[in-house]
Parts: sequence; structure tokens; C-alpha cells
Amino acid sequence: MTEFEYAPALESTSILNLQSDYNLFINGKYVPAKTGKRFPTINPATGEAIANVAYADLADVNAAVAAARTAYEKVWGKMPAAERGKYLFRIARILQERAREFAVLETLDNGKPIRESRDTDIPLAAAHFFYHAGWADKLDYAGLGANPKAHGVVGQIIPWNFPMLMLAWKVAPALAAGNTVVLKPAETTPLTALLFAEVCQQAGLPAGVVNIVTGDGVTGTHIVSHPDVDKIAFTGSTGVGKAIARAVAATKKSVTLELGGKAANIVYDDAAIDEAVEGIVNGIFFNQGHVCCAGSRLLVQENIQDEVIEKLKRRMSLIRVGNPLDKNTDLGAINSAEQLARITELTSTGDAEGAERWSAPCDLPSKGYWYAPTLFTGVSQTHRIAREEIFGPVLSVLTFRTPAEAIEKANNTPYGLSAGIWSEKGSKVLWTANRLRAGVIWTNTFNKFDPASPFGGYKESGWGREGGRHGLAAYLKGGKN
Amino acid sequence: MSRIDVMKTYKLYINGAFPRSESGRVYELKNAKGSFIANPCWASRKDLRDAVVAARAAFGGWSNATAYNRGQVLYRIAEVMQGRAAQFADEIVAQEGLTPKQALAQVEEAIDLMVWYAGWTDKISSLAGAANPVSGPFQNFTTPEPIGVVGTFIEAKPSLTSLVGSVAAIIASGNTAVVIASEKFPLTAITFAEVCATSDVPAGVINVLTGKTPELVGWMGSHMDVDAVDASGLNSKQLTELKIAGADNLKRIHSFKSAKSPERILAFVEYKTVWQTVGI
Repeated sequence: MTEFEYAPALESTSILNLQSDYNLFINGKYVPAKTGKRFPTINPATGEAIANVAYADLADVNAAVAAARTAYEKVWGKMPAAERGKYLFRIARILQERAREFAVLETLDNGKPIRESRDTDIPLAAAHFFYHAGWADKLDYAGLGANPKAHGVVGQIIPWNFPMLMLAWKVAPALAAGNTVVLKPAETTPLTALLFAEVCQQAGLPAGVVNIVTGDGVTGTHIVSHPDVDKIAFTGSTGVGKAIARAVAATKKSVTLELGGKAANIVYDDAAIDEAVEGIVNGIFFNQGHVCCAGSRLLVQENIQDEVIEKLKRRMSLIRVGNPLDKNTDLGAINSAEQLARITELTSTGDAEGAERWSAPCDLPSKGYWYAPTLFTGVSQTHRIAREEIFGPVLSVLTFRTPAEAIEKANNTPYGLSAGIWSEKGSKVLWTANRLRAGVIWTNTFNKFDPASPFGGYKESGWGREGGRHGLAAYLKGGKN
Repeated sequence: MSRIDVMKTYKLYINGAFPRSESGRVYELKNAKGSFIANPCWASRKDLRDAVVAARAAFGGWSNATAYNRGQVLYRIAEVMQGRAAQFADEIVAQEGLTPKQALAQVEEAIDLMVWYAGWTDKISSLAGAANPVSGPFQNFTTPEPIGVVGTFIEAKPSLTSLVGSVAAIIASGNTAVVIASEKFPLTAITFAEVCATSDVPAGVINVLTGKTPELVGWMGSHMDVDAVDASGLNSKQLTELKIAGADNLKRIHSFKSAKSPERILAFVEYKTVWQTVGI
């Protein structure tokens, strides 16, 4: 029988207007860093530099905060709420118009498959602006009492796994609530945030309402410790989240944190197995597993373990790893050499501690950063690969016999961001959902996101929620949600 | 010769029992006029840890009790407080230097506050939860859940309303509490513990320690099985110490101005969002 091969189906990059150098966006204008310093941003699929980006130092952060403060006091804070909302509606529309351009740039800078940036990241980012636009003139009904107040200047620090989507999660509610922002995109993925600045210009957003400073962790600490920043919103690692909590302990700054996770994906023996296998794959291999809520701990009922693993391996063998710009690609590049080293280091402890590794047979490109879809069986709860966030395409498989044991194992983690449940029995699904200590629970699905749905974790997965009425509250005073 | 009063030994309240501090320490309390009142226990780190263990053990049962049941238990506390009103008032007079009339007014306010929170238990979810209209074939609900073990540092004055406002709000949603009484005015907290012991409050749901606040702030902050802290009774230096230590497990730390506010309840819940797939 003839086997039909996929023909390459590359998304063109001609839609992009790439520059060799990118500047900061402060007070409505693109400006170089005061030191003139720049750093390269790398295409992880090739390992080659795409462009050089301005490195924001303390003086640049000071300028951005000053611009945000002036905009808050002179313009944005005084503007009728309905007008504020209309700017957000404009931004949502422009993002939709330029969606393909954003998707291609995101894939180039981040390494994620174009299928995901095109169908998930960018549409959801636009949806977040549209959703929050409607909140701007309805804050009295947000459940915080009449006339809730904005914080003022909000410092926002976002990660590299969903650069544009995380920007939208942060900027849209902040602006809707009447704050102005200083946003720092991740060091390895600054380009879509800088393109977003252009959208702000096209929308006619008043100068200083959104300021974007590119840089590294040091740039982030300048934002966190700036005395004129009223609120910090951070998405990233639990380690950095704790450092931020300590750094602001003696201040009146309000803080929200979206941190790590080690989600259990529980598959009961009465689940629809084929659907569950699709859900497991989506749960851990979506976005190369660079997902804080990834279903990285598979908890499968012991009596169906063999069947599930066999089907999972067959399905994993069909995952197409390669050029992220190819429309048929399922698994793109690992975002950076540093992240690849972390995945490699953590998975090697899986081997050393006695778990059994299996990787899907696939050809990895010779250039860039890649990791084959991998699963470990025979994992025990004490293994590092069962406890620590790998943040890569690596699944740890554990088993359970009774529902009570599934709960016990699922909750046995300092994290509490998300979880999945697979069963065809509705009452059992809800029994399980009630007992899981996690902020987002997917039943017979996984990795679903929506601007109307609050997202955020229990325990060491963070403080506060993003999305929905509960997420909005984080950007208003009086709201302790 | 007039009758000699039987003086009360003021002890800790941990897991439904009244132990002395394992450290054997007490500290002397004097009234507003400078004469001896009592030797309350000077709780240690170990006592705090015992209280957290008890609170954690009680969390499963209390958080799974129906909201109606929790409401009745809170109301029962108010009933028993009413019977002890005179004793609370005497302690407030002795400690806070109020007139008997003012002291009784505080007791009555505290009892009414407990009744107010009793009525909240079965309304929190309706008001703070949400049905979220997501774009897809899912039912998506957000519901508040208790956060776990919550520590609380009680303000000195007014000692009883501060105590009730904090503790009632913490346990209303299903949390369990580790209470650090005001160092200066701890008597009402101990009598409150005696009320709890006779009010259908399951052992471990409310635990009360007396002692030196500065000594316990750091231990409360660094305890990895305490999920959140009501820091209303701390000064700014102690609050900073608590927050730095509390970052180890990202404790939720909040302070409040009003004893009577639903915000106190909502600060100590977590929001769980469940996506349920709809299909045939």
C-alpha cells in the first residue's frame, strides 16, 4: 500500500515587515534604550537571530513609569469609562484584522506551530480585548460595590510561552479597569508585544497608557521595585513569584501571580479511552508542553493502564514535529537553549531515578532547539519528574486503583493550578472535581481557555485569577479576588 | 470572713481540648488599675504547630459540612455567647478599661456579628460564584471554596468584636482557624474558646493560642501548612515580617478595617472553575 507523505505547507513570512532593530515603546513612541544597549531575539526553530531588541535599564523603566503615571492622571483616569471601552474594542478589531501577521511573528519568535498561534493564541488575545472592552463602563456591576477604583500604574511581567495571549490577559483587564500599564515581555519573545504597540498607535490610544519595555529579569526587578508602581501582575515561575512576594512585602503594592503547575490528568476506567488519549496528547503536547497548566502528570486507573499507554504511544508516533511555520506541524521548537537544557536535565533524573522512558520516533531538525514527545512510565510520586514542572513535551505516568487514591495523588503537590478528569459517569466527574485542590478543572477536555472563564491557581500556583469577573477584580481596588 | 472566689486558669484551646503551653510558660496580666488578673499561657512554636495540625485535620470535615450545617454551628456559638455575656463583659471591663455598660454593648455587638456571619454561610457561593459564558460546548462554573487553614492575629481593642469578626468570617466558608489572641487583652479569646467547646464546633475547627505576638509572627509566616493569615492585629513591622516569611508557600495575607464585611469571607476563599463538556 502506498503511504502518502505530507507535502510541505509553509506559511509565508512575507506578511511581516521585520526590522533589524526594535525600540522600546514609551509614551506613545518607539524610542531606543538610553544606554543604546540591545540584545538579539532568536528564532528557536533555527537558532538564528531574528532582530536586535532594545534593552531597558532602570532609566528606561523610570521613563515608562513616569509616562504611565502622567497618562493615568491626565487622560486615562479621567476619561469617561465608555470611551475607554471603545479604545479596547478598537484594539480587539485591529488585532483581528492583523491576526495572521501576529500569528506568523509569534511562531517565528516563539517556535510554536503556526496552527496554534493562528487558531488559539491570537484569536483568544483579540477575544480578551473584546470581552474586557465591554467591562469598562460596567465596573459598578463587577461585584465590588459601587464605583470601584483603578490602582493607577500597573507593572506587568509576562512569560515566553504565550507572549501575545499573556499580554492580552494582562493589558485588557488593566485598561478596562482604568489603569495604565508598563509591560515587560519575556526576554526570548519580545516581538509581538512590540508589534502590539503599533496596534495601540493605530487605535489612537493616548500616549503613555501602554508602555512596553523589553529586557531581562533585571528589567523586571526595576518594575517590581519601582516606588510609583501601584500593582504588580506577574506570570512565570513559582520561584520568581515568591521573590516578588518578598520584594514587595514592605510596600502597599497589590500583587497577582500566575505561577507554575504540575497538573494531574485523571483517567478513570470508565472513560471514553480514545477521547481521553486525544485529551492526554492535547494536555501535555500543546505548545510543546510550555504550559503552566499542562496535564504533565497522567494518573491512569491501573486496570486500563496497558491499553491507554499502547494507544497513547501509537498516537504520539503520529505527532508531526518540525518547522513551526508548516501548517501540518503539531509540535514546534523548544523556546530556547536554556529551556531545552532544563528539560534535558530534569528528564535525565527520570532515567536515573528508575522511570522508564519512551520517546516517539521522529526526525528532529539539525538546527534549533527540539525535544521529541516523551513519556515516562513507572513513575513514583517521589520522582522529580512527578514533582517538578518540566515545562516541555514530557509526560509522567502514574497509576491509581481507587478514586480516593487518585484524589490523594493528584493533590499531593505544592501546586494547584489545573487538573483534568476523564470519565463517562457524570456524578463521578463532579465528585472528583469537588475534591481536587486546583483552580481550573477540565472534565473530558483539557487546555481550554476563554476570556469569560477565570484562570488561576490554589496554593503555590499563585495569587488571584485572570479572566471573567474574578480576574477583573484584581485590577480594581476593593477587589481581593 | 467573705467567700474566696474560685479563680479561672486560662489555658490554650487546641483540637477541642484545653492544654497548658507545652513550654510551661505563662505571662502575667494586670488590669487597668495595675492589679493581678491572670497568668495566661505563653504559647510556643510547638503549640502553634499542634494547633495547625489540629486545624488541618479538622478541615476535611468542616469544609465538607453543608453550608446550612455550618450556619447553624455559627448561630449556636452566638447562643452560647449570649449565656456568657456577663463574663465577657467583666473581662472587657477588667482589660480594656471600659465601663460595664460600654463593655456589655461590645458583647452584644459581637454576638450580633456572629449571627450576621451565621447567615452568610449559605449565600457566599450564590454571590461570589459565576456561570461563565464560554465560547464552546461547555458548562463553565466558578465557585468559591475554603482555602484551608487560616491563621489570625487579633487586634487588642475591641478585643471581642475583633475576635468574632475575624474568626466567624474565616470559618463561615469552611476554613479552619488558628487564632493568636491579642497579647494585651487575651481573656475574651479564652472565654470564647470555652464557648466554642460547648457550641457544636468540631474539635480543631477553631484553635486559640495566647502568648507573645512578636514571637509567633515568624513561625506563623513560615509554617508551610498554613494557607492564609488575617493580619489585622499586626503592626506594619510585624506585617512585613509575616509577608516575607509567608512567601515561602505564597500565603494569602490580608488585613481588614471593618469587623463586619463580606470581604473578610471572600479574602479567604479560592475560586475553582470547572469546565464540563456538554455532549451526547
